[in-house]
Amino acid sequence: MKGLVFDIRSFSVHDGPGIRTTVFLKGCPLECLWCHNPESRSPEVEKVMREYKLGSSCIRMPENIGKEMSVNQVVERVEADRPFFEESGGGVTLSGGEPLFQPNFTTALLKELKNKSIHTALDTSGFAQAEALDAVFPFTDIFLFDLKLADERRHLKFTGRTNLPILNNLRWLSEKGASLFIRIPLVEGITDTAENLDAIRHIISKLKGVQRIDILPYHYTAQQKYERLGQPYHLENMKAYNRQKAEKHKELFVNLAPHVSVGG
Amino acid sequence: MKLRIEQLREQSIKAINRLSAERALLITEFYQSGKAQNEPIAVQRALSFEHLMLNKAIYIGEGELIVGERGPAPKATPTYPEISLHSLNDLDMLNNRPKVSFRVDAETRMAYRDVIIPFWQGNTQRDRIFAALNDKWKSAYSAGVFTEFQEQRAPGHTVAGNKLFRKGMLDLIGEINQSASLPENQTDTNKIAQLHAMKIAAMAMVSYAIRYADKLESMATLESDTERLNELIDMVRICRRVPAHAPQTFHEALQHYWFLHVGVITELNPWDSFNPGRLDQHLLPFYRKGIADGSLTEVKARELLQAFWIKFNNHPSPPKMGVTALESNTYTDFALINLGGLRFDGSNAVNELSFLILDVIEEMRLLQPSSMVQISNKNPDSFVKRALLITKTGFGQPSFFNSDVIVQQLLSQGKSIEDAHNGGASGCVETGAFGTEAYTLSGYFNLNKVLEISLNNGLDPRTGLLTGIETGDPANFGCFDDLYTAYEKQLQYFIDLKIDGNNTIEKMFARQMPAPFLSLLIDDCIANATDYNAGGARYNSSYIQGVGLGSITDNLSAIKKWVFDERRISMTKLMEALRNNFRDNDALRYDLIYKSPKWGNNDESADRHAVRVFNSFYQAVNGRPTARGGHFRINMLPTTSHVYFGSVIGAMPDGRLATEPLSEGISPVQGADTHGPVAVLLSAAKIDHIKTGGTLLNQKFDPSFFEGEESLEKLVSLIRTYFRLGGHHIQFNVVNAETLRNAQKHPEKYRDLIVRVAGYSDYFNDLGESLQEEIIRRTAHGMA
Repeated sequence: MKGLVFDIRSFSVHDGPGIRTTVFLKGCPLECLWCHNPESRSPEVEKVMREYKLGSSCIRMPENIGKEMSVNQVVERVEADRPFFEESGGGVTLSGGEPLFQPNFTTALLKELKNKSIHTALDTSGFAQAEALDAVFPFTDIFLFDLKLADERRHLKFTGRTNLPILNNLRWLSEKGASLFIRIPLVEGITDTAENLDAIRHIISKLKGVQRIDILPYHYTAQQKYERLGQPYHLENMKAYNRQKAEKHKELFVNLAPHVSVGG
Repeated sequence: MKLRIEQLREQSIKAINRLSAERALLITEFYQSGKAQNEPIAVQRALSFEHLMLNKAIYIGEGELIVGERGPAPKATPTYPEISLHSLNDLDMLNNRPKVSFRVDAETRMAYRDVIIPFWQGNTQRDRIFAALNDKWKSAYSAGVFTEFQEQRAPGHTVAGNKLFRKGMLDLIGEINQSASLPENQTDTNKIAQLHAMKIAAMAMVSYAIRYADKLESMATLESDTERLNELIDMVRICRRVPAHAPQTFHEALQHYWFLHVGVITELNPWDSFNPGRLDQHLLPFYRKGIADGSLTEVKARELLQAFWIKFNNHPSPPKMGVTALESNTYTDFALINLGGLRFDGSNAVNELSFLILDVIEEMRLLQPSSMVQISNKNPDSFVKRALLITKTGFGQPSFFNSDVIVQQLLSQGKSIEDAHNGGASGCVETGAFGTEAYTLSGYFNLNKVLEISLNNGLDPRTGLLTGIETGDPANFGCFDDLYTAYEKQLQYFIDLKIDGNNTIEKMFARQMPAPFLSLLIDDCIANATDYNAGGARYNSSYIQGVGLGSITDNLSAIKKWVFDERRISMTKLMEALRNNFRDNDALRYDLIYKSPKWGNNDESADRHAVRVFNSFYQAVNGRPTARGGHFRINMLPTTSHVYFGSVIGAMPDGRLATEPLSEGISPVQGADTHGPVAVLLSAAKIDHIKTGGTLLNQKFDPSFFEGEESLEKLVSLIRTYFRLGGHHIQFNVVNAETLRNAQKHPEKYRDLIVRVAGYSDYFNDLGESLQEEIIRRTAHGMA
């Protein structure tokens, strides 16, 4: 079985406990305005032109984003980093895109990682078929679960999808006893409104198994990626989210999990 | 920091480096007088040392707590004309060059012109060395295949052991007398002369301290401030006690060491000054005793350590001459304080003083002494974290060393387990058994120049001269192994040349340039009645330092891929492109740079070349006998020679343009590591570090990697994993490119900006422009 992978990065320090290697899967059902991985959205291999500098001259060469990989190929690649996992209590995180957008591959990969006694985390938007979640559940040590917008219409407006399946999946995971790391993106005027943060707070307060909440302030680093991909960027003039404001918002959540932090 | 320390620190940073003729004049006066000319050479050297210690200026700075200077004032740096003689041109260059200048005043220049040069011209160690070396050696040396450490400086590179803190000069004289009465020494006139020389040197050191005591006493009579008066009286007492007797208090121990340090670097100009080594071990008994009996407080200990730190910073490296100035263009004289690691019995050595000294390092933020932490499996994470918090502040200290691998390196070289536990690293990253080993660094070896010469069938393309041996026209090589075989033959040829040269030079130092004072301090020179430079130490190692592992790996992997595997280009065409420095050939260069396997990405198709070259280098060098009765060994470190070595090489198959710097240490080529620090460490761990006496790995990190407890824990894990995989050393350069660019534009605003260069730190402003550019280019690993 093959999956479409667009990157595998070692020393991911913000995607779960310890030193981790993150496997980024390509393809996502959502279209969040603030998405910082625009190259991860399309479930197809994409061709872009990339510039390489040689002193003052510059060469543009086509480059593929996305590569078909088998479970074994991915496992072999991440196995190389095992000493770092073992020393730090880290492991492998599947991210995206939306890993549950390729449910069979993701399940097979997680299963194989657990076979090899590697700690696993799944970074998900939660927008997935219930069956897909059910399939990965036994092989996933931690769910990194995004909570963006509590209001259904606003969720539809800014991500292109409603949040009903997301909230259902979240409650289901909580009931099943999953370890949850909740991740809340802070985007000025979109996700950081008092109503939204209050509502998210309310949702989290009803959950069991929330071990950690990460507040993720928006940053404009992705803008260049949109340009390279020739995709429109709708947050063109937005500045990096104010750090003090993020710290203030964090206060809302401190009682809801043993560990709450800004920046992941 | 107390006001006094702040002022001394400020003075030390601001003091202008000057070249002082004091030592050169005294040594000339001594040899001119002819009064020792009938004595054995060792005794002559000891008497010349005595002449220096009895006549050099006494300097006591305002508010100083530790006294003694190599020159007549802080940063006034002596010269060593008996070793190598600066010409008037050299002096003018030192005075005028924009980087690392040494002020030479008219009086000094005149002393050189009228007294020093006429006496020493043609009669220095350097003259004798070049006269003794053959043309093949000289041809390889001028081509930049290797450098020679001992052409301008004496062999040194050794570190104080515990004995130094437990014995005074009078105790050592007792040992000398005992050694002289041994039957095997009694009848040997040479040995008796060596011991006699050591005794003269020991007494000369005592006299030097007494001169300080006298001067302090006369200052005390004029002192009106009560607090300072008490200090002066205390210092008078201390200088009358040490180094004649073993120190008894914390203050005495520091002053004792410092006198001996000044002695070592006044006697000769050993490459890498001298080094107190395992300071948190040596000082601990004095610290605990003082705290327990109430004679010392933590605050006082801190102030004394700070004063001690400033003394090191007052001593830049002796100014060099000619091409050596290019090879190693720095002020730093490579004292490296070791903290942590293992005790003599193999138990955890981290103690309260380790943490106190880390505080001092952080507060002082000085170029010298440099500092490192030894990390063993037995050391607590809290110690590693504390050290990382200093690294985070971005002046390159402390660096991180693997104690457990250091112990294994020393054991594999045949040292006893206790001597191995007492060991550490000095200079940049060099492993040694402290207090018992003479481990001389003999020169850098240009692994990539050897490839260039192999690709040109023995010719150096820069000069057209036959510099190596004829190993065949590469156009006729049928497979990659043909090329590698040629490379290995050239490597063996040049190593043989280097080793022959080293042995010639070692014999000359043994015969003509004994170091009786240094011999007192390193076991077992006294018991063996043999000089440090003649093999008197318990262990004797001579190192050749391999340079450019990343570059050679990428060069070989590019040739294999494009010429032999994929046959994209013929060897003839590749050679033509190299000769033309890739002019009008960007497409080829693009493939070489961006589409070839590179060292530092955990890519086996690149890394296996590194392992192969490393093992060839090891085989060619390791275990071969030295003239002093020791063995040749390898280590992998460049200081700044990767810049010089790059400047003598044309364009290379990894896409590097002619004369650009090579990779440093075992680090990847600048910018070639595109897969983050984990991949770099996995690559670096593929060579067997236990086969070396040190490897150097530089990792540049954004300061944000150090933010917060969790990040620190992950960095601790990163270091621990590399060490678990057998890595020897890692250092972090925590700066951002923007800061460095600003520093280039406005050097005046960044006078205190220190960066880790390669195993040591230096002022960014003092680095040559190409080295500045390189540091900016080094991949800054961003957040994942």
